[in-house]
Amino acid sequence: MSALLWIAVLSPFAAALILLTLAARLPKNATGAIACVSVGISWIAALILGASYLGHSLPKSLNTTLYTWMSVAGLRVPMGLHLDWLSLVWLEIVTFVGFLIVLYASQSMYDEDGYSRFFGYMTLFVGSMLTLALADNLLLLYLGWEGVGLCSYLLIGFWYKDPVNCNSARKAFIVTRIGDTALAIALFMLYLRFGTFDIAALMGQASVLPGTIAAIIAFLVLGGAVGKSAQLPLQTWLPDAMAGPTPVSALIHAATMVTAGVYLIARLGPLFQRAPAAMLAVGVVGAATLIYAAMSAPTQRDIKRVLAYSTVSQIGYMFLALGVGAWAAAAFHFVTHAFFKALLFLSAGVVIDAQHHEHDIFRMGGLRRSLPVAFWTFLIGASSLSAIPFVTAGFYSKDLILYSDYISPMHGKTLMAIGLVGALLTAIYSFRVVFHVFFGEQRIEVSKRPGALMTLSLVVLSFFSIFAGFLLFPAIHLNVEAERILAIVSSVLSLLGIYIAYLYFSRPEWSAAVAESATGRALHRFFYTGWGFDWLYEHVFVIPLKWLANANWTDFVDKAFVGLGESARYSGLGLESLQTGRVRNYAVGLVLGAVILAAIVLWR
Amino acid sequence: MSNVPANHTLILAAVLFLIGTVGVLARRNLVFVLMSIEIMLSAAGLAFVAAGSKWHQPDGQVAFIFILVVAAAEVAIGLSLIFRISRYFRGVDSDELSLLGEESEI
Repeated sequence: MSALLWIAVLSPFAAALILLTLAARLPKNATGAIACVSVGISWIAALILGASYLGHSLPKSLNTTLYTWMSVAGLRVPMGLHLDWLSLVWLEIVTFVGFLIVLYASQSMYDEDGYSRFFGYMTLFVGSMLTLALADNLLLLYLGWEGVGLCSYLLIGFWYKDPVNCNSARKAFIVTRIGDTALAIALFMLYLRFGTFDIAALMGQASVLPGTIAAIIAFLVLGGAVGKSAQLPLQTWLPDAMAGPTPVSALIHAATMVTAGVYLIARLGPLFQRAPAAMLAVGVVGAATLIYAAMSAPTQRDIKRVLAYSTVSQIGYMFLALGVGAWAAAAFHFVTHAFFKALLFLSAGVVIDAQHHEHDIFRMGGLRRSLPVAFWTFLIGASSLSAIPFVTAGFYSKDLILYSDYISPMHGKTLMAIGLVGALLTAIYSFRVVFHVFFGEQRIEVSKRPGALMTLSLVVLSFFSIFAGFLLFPAIHLNVEAERILAIVSSVLSLLGIYIAYLYFSRPEWSAAVAESATGRALHRFFYTGWGFDWLYEHVFVIPLKWLANANWTDFVDKAFVGLGESARYSGLGLESLQTGRVRNYAVGLVLGAVILAAIVLWR
Repeated sequence: MSNVPANHTLILAAVLFLIGTVGVLARRNLVFVLMSIEIMLSAAGLAFVAAGSKWHQPDGQVAFIFILVVAAAEVAIGLSLIFRISRYFRGVDSDELSLLGEESEI
């Protein structure tokens, strides 16, 4: 069984190695096939593991070590994997959704340059993400953590010829790097305390940590999670990350990588339970982010930016669950979110391709008839995102989160109330996109239709966006009265949101009225720019840093080094005259040297 | 057998060596340069022989034979190089062969 675990992790890495070294020498079909097969092997391995885990033929937590990664001065880090329910959830979703997205991309990216480079990075990403999720020690986890960050950077900047894309890639890398640094410091502190990186050992001892130290470490871990999962205040990179190809947005910036922060906090749960302040901070960050993103999303015009803000907001829900220690609820929402958000992105990819790479939802319209596959799948995704009651997966997971908050003693009711407001906004912005893109009159002719593989992955994802929720149906306690009321309230809110979106769409004079009033325009601008966070960071960090860098352009250290270079240049010029090219001159030098040496020997 | 004092032989060797050195430094024709080097080698050989005879040791003569062999090999290679050079540069003037000293950019 442990061999299967290694196969699941190493198969994408092997594919990445082949694709990145052989690069363009492989035929295109072989490239796509290698990528699909390698992730497919991981998925099948994950399925077998999952089946035997649920069939209790595996222990509750399975450890396997391949070899010792490093052994220095008392520090011994094994290359080891760890499988328990939490990493199993991530393993299943990363491989399954990853497989579907790679399948989709093998067709949708077919005409792009750098086809093999794309799949090399994609498979590298899947391998790194599995390393992150299955690592049994924090150092290996950190390796995967940085690996997915690197792949995210490479894939956002996939179309590197446009400098805008490169800047987005750099922004994503640098902003997440701030969080990564905090996480690294947390790792060092844990090592200093306990002398090990093994997660199970660390978490077993977490309860003896002094409260303040536990709080400091937990806050640093939260910093890392906030950066990777695009939560306040490090959320600014995710909307810009949409510069990458759509399958990348679906896999990395919706389904898997951005949930790494959620995984990390759930993995280090005992640490957070030791530090209630940090735990509360997780919930507060989640609540603030979900409301922040849910208010920014309805003002966006770019279809992918709407989805990006909605991802930020949905991860906020997961943090909301983590904040009250409901790890399972967060993992459940991760599962359903991975399905419906990947579906929404892939479906949006079909729409964008069909509309000559148009991203603006106000220039689209009426695609209901001409792109039926995209319409139905997007509708299913949007319904699941808006948590339409009882028939969609999103409803069950969101409800579980809200209920977990409700029964929690730790400020849970406030968090739940914010979650409910977010639910209303979620329905508004998701159906705003549905109405603008698929209803009304058609403006741009459909230029490209989805291929068979693309349709297949859309249909499979749609299926799971609906039925994944029934997996945990028993978890909904409809016999409890509070839960019943909560379910009814959130249902009403989501349906109300859809109705508001419809009203707004069918009465253009309303939005015109907003656009005419000065307050309306200012508010729109405020939300459209993501509450001005970019502006704030530009003025607080970027501009002063640039000024400082310019001021330090020629400081004394620099002068010393330039002087060193100049002196070498001039002494070189001086010595150049000795280089006449005449053998006799060199011979004179030789003889003189010999005479001097002889003189030294004789008169010493 | 040895009536010649060692001093005299050594002075002769030094004079020969000096003549060879001046030849190397002063002559521009590569063939003469090579010949001058041969003279220097002979001077060294003479010094070895003189020393060997002074201390009644065979080592000096062994070293001389060794030098002789090396000199023969050196002449063979040197002459063939000069031959190639004269073909390539149409002449054996060492001052003409100053490619290394040509103006270069820093």
